[in-house]
Amino acid sequence: MAPEAQSQAGTRRNFLMKIGIAINVVAASLIAVPIVGFIAAALRKRSYQAWVELGPLSAFPAGQTRLATYQNPFTVPWDGKTSNVACWVRHLGANQMQVFAVNCAHLGCPVRWFPESKLFMCPCHGGVYYEDGSRASGPPPRGLFEYEYEVRGDELWVRGGQMPTLANPV
Amino acid sequence: MSDMDEQDLRAQRAGRGGSGGLRPLEEKGGALLRVLDWIDFRVKFRESFLPSIVHPIPRNTASWWYVFGSATLVCLILQVVTGICLALVYVPSAGEAWQSLVHLNYVQPLGWFLRGMHYWGSNFMVALMTIHLIQVFMFGAYKYPRELTWLVGCVLFICTLGMAFTGQVMRFDQDAYWGLGIGASMAARFPLIGQEVVQLMLGGPIIAGETLSRFFALHVFVIPGLLLGLVGLHLLLVVKIGINEWPMPGRLVTRERYLEEYHELVERDGEPFVPHGVTRDVVFAGIVMLAIAAFAAYFGPKGPSGLPDPTLIETNPRPDFWFLSLFSVFALLPPYMETALILTAPVVLIALAFLLPFYSNTGEKSWQRRPGAWILVIMVFLMLGVLTWLGTYSPWSPDMTAWSGAPVPVHYVQASSPLELQGALVVQAKQCRNCHQLGDGGGLRGPNLDGVASRLTRDQLIRQVLQGGGNMPAYGKNLSPAEVTALVAFLTTLHPAGELPARDSAVPAPEPAAAAGGTRPGDAG
Repeated sequence: MAPEAQSQAGTRRNFLMKIGIAINVVAASLIAVPIVGFIAAALRKRSYQAWVELGPLSAFPAGQTRLATYQNPFTVPWDGKTSNVACWVRHLGANQMQVFAVNCAHLGCPVRWFPESKLFMCPCHGGVYYEDGSRASGPPPRGLFEYEYEVRGDELWVRGGQMPTLANPV
Repeated sequence: MSDMDEQDLRAQRAGRGGSGGLRPLEEKGGALLRVLDWIDFRVKFRESFLPSIVHPIPRNTASWWYVFGSATLVCLILQVVTGICLALVYVPSAGEAWQSLVHLNYVQPLGWFLRGMHYWGSNFMVALMTIHLIQVFMFGAYKYPRELTWLVGCVLFICTLGMAFTGQVMRFDQDAYWGLGIGASMAARFPLIGQEVVQLMLGGPIIAGETLSRFFALHVFVIPGLLLGLVGLHLLLVVKIGINEWPMPGRLVTRERYLEEYHELVERDGEPFVPHGVTRDVVFAGIVMLAIAAFAAYFGPKGPSGLPDPTLIETNPRPDFWFLSLFSVFALLPPYMETALILTAPVVLIALAFLLPFYSNTGEKSWQRRPGAWILVIMVFLMLGVLTWLGTYSPWSPDMTAWSGAPVPVHYVQASSPLELQGALVVQAKQCRNCHQLGDGGGLRGPNLDGVASRLTRDQLIRQVLQGGGNMPAYGKNLSPAEVTALVAFLTTLHPAGELPARDSAVPAPEPAAAAGGTRPGDAG
């Protein structure tokens, strides 16, 4: 083959290689978009919140704080028991409520209510809260997270659906 | 392929071999050898790997100190095998994972043993990897030209800890559930994008089905894939650059002469990698496998603990051993620095580890002349050791059952007045004992109450109870005046026999005689 023809063939091969790389880049980008979108599907909604029923008002006697549970409004069938959410309902009287997330404001462990000393205590790092949810001691940077609530007829409803954290306090 | 070719090749190999390596396969060998030869003619395994297998290594590296890297690899292989076995039965579904673990423990034949192997294998892997890391650090093996080997090793270390954390999630019980909650709460501290990070981590708004699936994919596909690939690279670097020679005090590493010196060393005092360099590794590998099997057989698997139902809040979440030090850090950090440290400390620590071979690139390798290395290792070991030890009994956590489960020692209430007895009841009923020890039982969060009356006066006790402070909640609203009176009456009796209770320094001390009816010195004038 003459040198000219050789270099021509070389150019042709280089060109084909460039085309090949270009096609691959396009294909990879096209495939990457749905893959990233799939992984980040949980982000499509900025906020998962819905009104859910907590139970009849009679379950929450005035002057007491009781544990209530609801089914998370955003579930898949294989969630099992993990779709259940617990919260503390404090009935101050005259349908005035405070509904606290069970998660400690420090790192999310479930706080327990002690009616005798009127304190919430966390089993993990020792956070303690007063009956109104304000911080009493320990590492929490704030009081307990509080749900919005409504009294609809004889029922208590809260706006829930999301794990409360410092970035998203219910 | 003609027979001629094969014969030629054999002749070539026979001519080349002999430097203490593997014998070339003989024509007259058995059928098995001929089959192997037939395969190798096509795969060319010997051609590709024989040089690595017989490459000379410094004789003095045949030491028990050099076995921990290969032992970690043995653990990894074991984890892959037992992990695949567990995956045959385990169901990565939030609704059924726990039941499948219980099934593995009690129904599936030998399921308990494989779970035990996988659990203890992971513990051995982290432990051996840590020893390997310390050995490499103390022997200066990260210095020129092995910087990349160290970097890859650091990534392997992080991946292995990632396996330990995600593996803890696979044991989908209450510890795993609330451990994820802690992870999400930490992720939420990212400024601006906290909520997005949480949702990406959990695969949704709460810890549920998609969360477990995500961690399953990480534990079974993503991180193991990374691990296997990087282990290959790590080993390739070890073989290509050569095993770090036994560090001699005073033999300094220089960029100009090191490679030459190393080459001279292996020429003068080298031995083939196989079998010389791997003999102890082989022995130790066997011991490690036997030890893991023995631990699995004797101690069995860990958990699962309680059902991962977030409405069961009577739980005491604790991380696995390797994360206890982190657990302690989160309890003990002052709140104001917590977020900053959660966000920056991992980055800084990883950066320091990655940069180590670049700011300590040459010079002394021997631990005998690197006191700083000793100090660093001892400090880190003490720090992590103390934090882990604290994590095992978590003195900062209230003892949730002490108020009903740990009675006041009888000798504290013998010969007490009715008011003091009432006070002892208040101490129990108001959960004081959850944080305060009395006798042997009770929480360790607050100070021990056994001698409290010799530290605080009656007035100080009242103030402390009503207003709290020093990490104690204020009980002013939660105790009636009568309860406070009774409580403090009891507390003022709590001082060692023969030791006077604390008193207000503004009030003159009572003379022992005064109690017997005598006059005070001041009254005489």
